[in-house]
Amino acid sequence: MLRLIMTRVFLGCVTLFAVTLLIFAATEILPGDVASAVLGQGATPETLAAFRIELGLDRPAYVRYLEWLTNALQGDLGIAMTNKREVLATITPRLYNTLFLAGYAAAIAVPIAIILGIIAAINEGKWIDRTANILTLGAISVPEFFIAYILILVFATNLGWFPSLSTVYGDMGFWQKIHVVALPALTLTMLVMAHMLRMTRASVLAIMSQPYIEMAFLKGLPRRRVILRHALPNAAAPIISVVALNLAYLIVGVVVIEVVFVYPGVGQYMVDGVSKRDLPVIQACALVFGGAFVLLNTIADILAILVNPRLRHPR
Amino acid sequence: MAIQNSLKNPPISAKIGMVILVVFIFFAIFAPLIAPYGEAESIGKTWASPSAEFLLGTDNIGRDMLSRIIFGARMTLGVATACTLLSFLIGITMGLLAAVAGKALDQILSRFVDLMLSIPILVFALMILSMFGSSLFTLIITIGILDSFRVFRLARSIAINIVVTEFVEVARLRGEGLWWIMVREVLPNALPPMIAEFGLRFCFNFLFVAGLSFLGLGIQPPFADWGGMVRENGRAIAFGIPAPLWPAIAIGLTTISVNMIVDWILSINARPSGASAEM
Repeated sequence: MLRLIMTRVFLGCVTLFAVTLLIFAATEILPGDVASAVLGQGATPETLAAFRIELGLDRPAYVRYLEWLTNALQGDLGIAMTNKREVLATITPRLYNTLFLAGYAAAIAVPIAIILGIIAAINEGKWIDRTANILTLGAISVPEFFIAYILILVFATNLGWFPSLSTVYGDMGFWQKIHVVALPALTLTMLVMAHMLRMTRASVLAIMSQPYIEMAFLKGLPRRRVILRHALPNAAAPIISVVALNLAYLIVGVVVIEVVFVYPGVGQYMVDGVSKRDLPVIQACALVFGGAFVLLNTIADILAILVNPRLRHPR
Repeated sequence: MAIQNSLKNPPISAKIGMVILVVFIFFAIFAPLIAPYGEAESIGKTWASPSAEFLLGTDNIGRDMLSRIIFGARMTLGVATACTLLSFLIGITMGLLAAVAGKALDQILSRFVDLMLSIPILVFALMILSMFGSSLFTLIITIGILDSFRVFRLARSIAINIVVTEFVEVARLRGEGLWWIMVREVLPNALPPMIAEFGLRFCFNFLFVAGLSFLGLGIQPPFADWGGMVRENGRAIAFGIPAPLWPAIAIGLTTISVNMIVDWILSINARPSGASAEM
């Protein structure tokens, strides 16, 4: 089992390495040259050439890649082009904010989604299942900013319970922060919960079609007991990977939500960087998002191995 | 018989979906004839409330909301459709090629796709758009290519089951070329299960384009598009003005309609293995 897990960890590292390569390739090797992208169309060939040398673009790509990678590994993410500040110093508090928001949303969404998903599966076809089906389909189908604006309209503008903009400071108290970040967290919760609930329900129902479940029913056990004692332990593995997969989705969903609520997180930093074409910022943010994505996927795989005894021994 | 019956009598949800979708497509095609005002015409106060004159009120610089939504249908639906068509063209071609052309190419293509999918698609799109700028052309190409990786996976998994059937073997023994086998033998059998997927990928791309436009990185002004309209009017919500909700509702209605139609199609022919509605 340990060997299997080590293999997953190793594969995760390889993927992470590939991700850095991909980020570098997408931003520096593609025909859109950074220098002309930053300077725009008005640049003369001379200023372009000078700017290329300033950026070090006259050196071969692999040298620049290795330099960028080793610097990034040592915590040097470069200096932002627009405000000449160190990217690392800007991104660290923002990463903390983003993780706070994501963790907040996950803490609400994960337990509710799993419990409701199981309840929906127990009551398959009844009104509670149908209601959940319609509501979650609705939540998946509408864009995230729609949910966000509806929540702002109801809870901020009409009821005045929460602020519509989530400005947080470094020295803000924990409970005050919880209050200020409530609306973006709620938006994220609804988004992720819908996915998670549907997938949890589907994985429980997939197990329900197994012969041993039929046997349990034929023994005359009540439906609730069959699901909780017979189906659920076997549904644990798919449910765990569902949760991890949706946490990975949360990491990306955070981008739009942060922009809606003007929340100072990594997502907003990246969007700012993209509209200003600030290359080091874009690379650093992509690295953070890509790294989190790979990490969560790897954790999902490892948890699936730990939970499911049949996966512990490679065939 | 049963299939023909259900084709003739779609359930009520699918009918509603079709009606809404047809209305939006009608908007998109005949926008200049239907819209009461021009696309970029400032004719009223900022954020005027709905009235007989402006049925949905006006936007942040006094343009008629309803007219903007009618014109916006063009860009929003058009770009998403173009992206999905491109993504299916690339994805199906590559998927069938991987299934038909043998193990080595299959491995190369599949591992490449695994790699491309290891970065969240939004992050990837943001990186590329920051380099190339958000012209309509780059937008469609970028999203089309990024989405084609998912289509590739589905097309390959369907085609692999078709490649091992007798009629493909017969075609191989007859000495038909690679292209013939892909287009004449495998493709017709792979297409039916892909139809529902087309609807789902359309929904995804549609929401994705709307999201990018909302971030200000998708379809650029002066063109009206629903995601960008939400962005322009976002601040109104803090004053209790529902202006950004109208285009957002239009986006939601479109995806829900397509989903309802897809559900009906799925109930006719069973879902292929490996298909995924999520993300």
